[in-house]
Amino acid sequence: MTAAPRPHPVPTGTSVRLTVNGQPADLVLDPRVTLLDALREHLQLTGSKKGCDHGQCGACTVMVNGRRINSCLSLAVMHDGDEVTTIEGIGTPDALDPMQEAFVSHDGFQCGYCTPGQICSAKAVLEEIRQGIPSHVTRDLEHVSFSDDELRERMSGNSCRCGAYANILAAIREVEERA
Amino acid sequence: MKFDRPATTNPSDRMAVLGQPHTRIDGKLKTTGTAAYAYERHDAVEGQLYGYPLGAGIARGHVLAMDTREAEAAPGVVTVVTTLQMEKLPQDDRNIVRLFGGPEIVHYHQAIAVVVAETFEQARAAANMIRVTYDEDTSEIYNLAEKREMVEDQDIQTHTNVGDFHTAFGQAEVKLDATYVTPPQTHVMMEPHASIAHWTDGRLRVWTSSQMIDWHRQALATTFSLDPEAVHVESPFIGGGFGGKLFLRADAVLAALGAKKAGRPVKVALPRPMVINNTTHRAETIQHIRIGATKEGKITAIFHDCVSNTPPGGAGEDATNQTRYFYAGEHRLIVNRLAQVRLPESNSMRAPGEAAGLMALEVAMDEMAEKLGMDPVEFRIANDTQVVPENPSQKFSQRRFVECLRHGAETFGWTNPKPMSQRDGDWLIGHGMSGAYRGAPAQPSGARVRLQPNGRLIVETDMTDIGTGSYTILAQTAAEMTGLPMDRIEMRLGNSSFPVSSGSGGQFGAASSTAGLYAACVALRAMIAERMQADPDTLDFRDGQVIDGARSLPLSGFASEGEMVAEDKIEFGDFRSKEYKLATFAAHFVETRVNAYTGEIRLQRMLSVCDAGRILNPVTARSQVIGGMTMGVGSALMEKLDVDDKRGFFVNHDLAGYEVPVHLDIPQQEVIFLTGDDPVSTPLKAKGVGELGISGVAAAVANAIHNATGVRVRDFPITLDKFIDRLPPV
Amino acid sequence: MKPFTYERVSTAAAAAAAAAANPGAKFIAGGTNLLDLMKLEIEAPTHLIDVNATGLDKIEPTAEGGLRIGAMVRNTDLAADVRVRRDYPVLSRALLAGASGQLRNKATTSGNLLQRTRCPYFYDTNMPCNKRAPGSGCGAMDGISRQLAVIGGSDACIATHPGDMPVAMRVLDAVVETVDAAGKTRSIPMADFHTLPGDTPEVETVLKQGEFITAVTLPAPVGGRQIYHKVRDRASYAFALVSVAAIVQPDGTGRVAFGGLAHKPWRVEEAETEMPNGARAVTARALADADPTGDNAYKLSLAERTLALVLAEAKE
Repeated sequence: MTAAPRPHPVPTGTSVRLTVNGQPADLVLDPRVTLLDALREHLQLTGSKKGCDHGQCGACTVMVNGRRINSCLSLAVMHDGDEVTTIEGIGTPDALDPMQEAFVSHDGFQCGYCTPGQICSAKAVLEEIRQGIPSHVTRDLEHVSFSDDELRERMSGNSCRCGAYANILAAIREVEERA
Repeated sequence: MKFDRPATTNPSDRMAVLGQPHTRIDGKLKTTGTAAYAYERHDAVEGQLYGYPLGAGIARGHVLAMDTREAEAAPGVVTVVTTLQMEKLPQDDRNIVRLFGGPEIVHYHQAIAVVVAETFEQARAAANMIRVTYDEDTSEIYNLAEKREMVEDQDIQTHTNVGDFHTAFGQAEVKLDATYVTPPQTHVMMEPHASIAHWTDGRLRVWTSSQMIDWHRQALATTFSLDPEAVHVESPFIGGGFGGKLFLRADAVLAALGAKKAGRPVKVALPRPMVINNTTHRAETIQHIRIGATKEGKITAIFHDCVSNTPPGGAGEDATNQTRYFYAGEHRLIVNRLAQVRLPESNSMRAPGEAAGLMALEVAMDEMAEKLGMDPVEFRIANDTQVVPENPSQKFSQRRFVECLRHGAETFGWTNPKPMSQRDGDWLIGHGMSGAYRGAPAQPSGARVRLQPNGRLIVETDMTDIGTGSYTILAQTAAEMTGLPMDRIEMRLGNSSFPVSSGSGGQFGAASSTAGLYAACVALRAMIAERMQADPDTLDFRDGQVIDGARSLPLSGFASEGEMVAEDKIEFGDFRSKEYKLATFAAHFVETRVNAYTGEIRLQRMLSVCDAGRILNPVTARSQVIGGMTMGVGSALMEKLDVDDKRGFFVNHDLAGYEVPVHLDIPQQEVIFLTGDDPVSTPLKAKGVGELGISGVAAAVANAIHNATGVRVRDFPITLDKFIDRLPPV
Repeated sequence: MKPFTYERVSTAAAAAAAAAANPGAKFIAGGTNLLDLMKLEIEAPTHLIDVNATGLDKIEPTAEGGLRIGAMVRNTDLAADVRVRRDYPVLSRALLAGASGQLRNKATTSGNLLQRTRCPYFYDTNMPCNKRAPGSGCGAMDGISRQLAVIGGSDACIATHPGDMPVAMRVLDAVVETVDAAGKTRSIPMADFHTLPGDTPEVETVLKQGEFITAVTLPAPVGGRQIYHKVRDRASYAFALVSVAAIVQPDGTGRVAFGGLAHKPWRVEEAETEMPNGARAVTARALADADPTGDNAYKLSLAERTLALVLAEAKE
């Protein structure tokens, strides 16, 4: 026998503990709050951007437990206990991360709105290549190596309408070559 | 300051800071996520509520009823504002269609309500609870090709009719007669339109994302029947615009309406799936081009007819403009027609006119060169002109298009290969090129400089930086003019308390706003000269010192008793447009691969050589051009708003449906700026490059695809469905 | 997004039980499609069952020499698994051709099977769509259908399945394993898992309410040259116009499935006998019943030419 569908409930606060950029953050959230909105609206960490809210642009990219994800397509309540790193945790204006420095020196941005997501992705991409995770353009699935096309393909989930792609590529390449 | 004759030697010529490759001064903020965009201004005002808009579910008709009871009773909802609660709001002249108010629906996703709630989630859920009853009008025709046959006389504008085109074309030895289609396109700036609004004592403050601060201020004043002085607008960081944020949009109107009714500040961002139909787009065009030439390749007759879509009262996309100026030819007939199509508002998008016009004209030039058996580079050179063809007494202030072509051809290694002559395995290889023309307009622009006792200089102007690099080039201008180091210049932009600037649009922002700041700096220098009782023309400002012959005083000393403030604006005399034609030029070269089996297109390399006057900062200028090239690739290969002819809306209204280039689409890009300056343009002898970069690029890609495959596609974008059956069998 | 209650379960049995108790419930794993649809109220569950902690995140060998892929294995991990790369490269390739790095880090094996169509009329709640709102009509058929199905559609629906991974799973003869609230397990061959739209386009799989996917099992490796070729409008981060998953043996025999053509991964086993005779022979049989619109007829040539490329590559 099938039970009758229940009506939509009145949302009640759900406790969530995140660790964001190394700091614990205890929140009581409507379960509908995405990780992105928890960061931007509740923790006022607005470095992670909302470009589409549908996983179609990559501006909201953050690292969760060391892996990059689209924070707009994840509920905050699903991340209880997780470690989140946002652009604010990567570097600050007074202490830029090498990737941020490279983006500045290669002019890897224009309007700046997609930039935090690009930088989070760029750092994760270098790590993914180091871990030997293949990509769509990897010729031999069992041998992953660094190339411009590997960077282009792996960064393709981060749209930049200003069209800074060539400069973003140069920035990432410089960080990789210096590493 | 009135700029009423060509510039002579002036302090900007030192080029110690200007023209240097400074990285962006806002780079540290943008790369660390600490540059706060409109929706992120938690600091702006306490107690912000969330507004969520509702867009019309039909393209045309009337709202009969809106049942808001469920929404109003929903948890957290503070208030609901609907279009039926008011008459159509007064409309600013710059908007073609209404933004809010009244029962009439004139386009899909027209804003019809905003729900204000304590949280975003509550507002969004409640917006979906509003039940709307429509009286839908399904009689409209939305198909441009169909409407093309129905254009009324008053919507036909003959720009040029010199000589006798029809006779000359009839007698021409070599002829081309072809029709091209460019699709409707959308800006897709990464930051959706967003605003926070707050009312205090009848005054309205808006934190928004705007290319044009003063236009927004004026439009808000009109919309809400306020004195412009009672409206304050701030937009220090803008997540891209491309023309889509020139004019007041529904986000600010809804935020202001919601805030007024709620009695608290309200913020509204347009949800991405609503942006495309709610805001503006680049119109579709159908362009008929005819070119006649001698068999030696001299153009004798040229015809360009464009029709584009616009709602009544708009200007569509006049894609004929460059054809008046770009190539020589005695007999010319150039006509623009507007088809009244009641889709959402068509309006400016990056390089309005030329971006679409050159997609057609520069493919036509390639086709003509092929008919003539000429190298397309040489064909363009043969038809260069140093005067305006329809008015030979008007000469170009500077036109080095031939140099762009020759320099580009050499750098690229252009050999004009025959179509289908190059292959690498499964890949057909093609080379293509195009020319680019884009005007170099200038607008009045004001600025204020405030020399501080601590030796810093604060620059204030309502100019915006939409990614163009305004912060940086304006700081360079101030540093050059005052002799202060860059780190002593404090830039304050995008605030309606500051002097009104040109704003960002039409490729006029960089040239105009730096000229306005130049004027303010000249005023400051004059004040200092007066204090020193010296001749301002002989004073030297360098290294933080003011030097008058043997006398050298620290600049900061002039503010020791309190800040020294100078303000001025630049105004451009009509000699610029009467005696001269000002424009920028480029040549684009592209190598592409096309898969012989699947028709998949992969660009290999791109080169642009640009002639755009003095380059104020080669780093930010190059970024403008590669950005334009990238958007040009989008125009060539993928960007198109799909019109549902039956229902009258853009179907692919999100970022999965409307594809723009991603990293993997973009190959190595090279940009070369011809060195030099154009004294007719501004005191800084500069012109814009932000729109030049997109102009002509799509045609170069199209020509390269033709060169690879032998197939000519005249209907953009060149998606493989349009030519897969024309590729050679496999 | 309509409000919902949220619970996290730690076993497959608990997941199935929770769903059986509440017909308005949905499982959420990666959430990359479900949340997208919930924001638009195309999906409006009253209860979400978070199944990420069910421990189904392992890839294990089977007694038959194949692999058992836990339902919660992320796309990135599945594509990067050394056994998959070595023995089932068509699966790695298909996964890597889908979405973006960020999305693959989150999207799961079972979730990917359940991805819903990307038809723009399905995505716009103002428009008619028999899949989203049964009986409301189809906007695409007289609207924009360039991306949509050319075969297997019905008068009600011409949506396509948007996935890449399922196309590879189909060509590999994978089997979907489920459990229900009663603890009953079921093995569903990929051939039977997805349904055609018919009169009920809102139904997309044979899963019953509350039935929970625990794993996807791959048979023992079949070797051969394995290729996944996806053709799309831009170079990356886009849904397929047409994709081909093929396994070609040295003698030219093999298997092929197509993505982007139908409501499900499209494979016609009888047509595979034509593989030694070339692409046209295969597509002539596999796509014999095609009924394209004016907008999407190009997919037929494209499918043939893409298969021709794949067969040529397989010979290299």
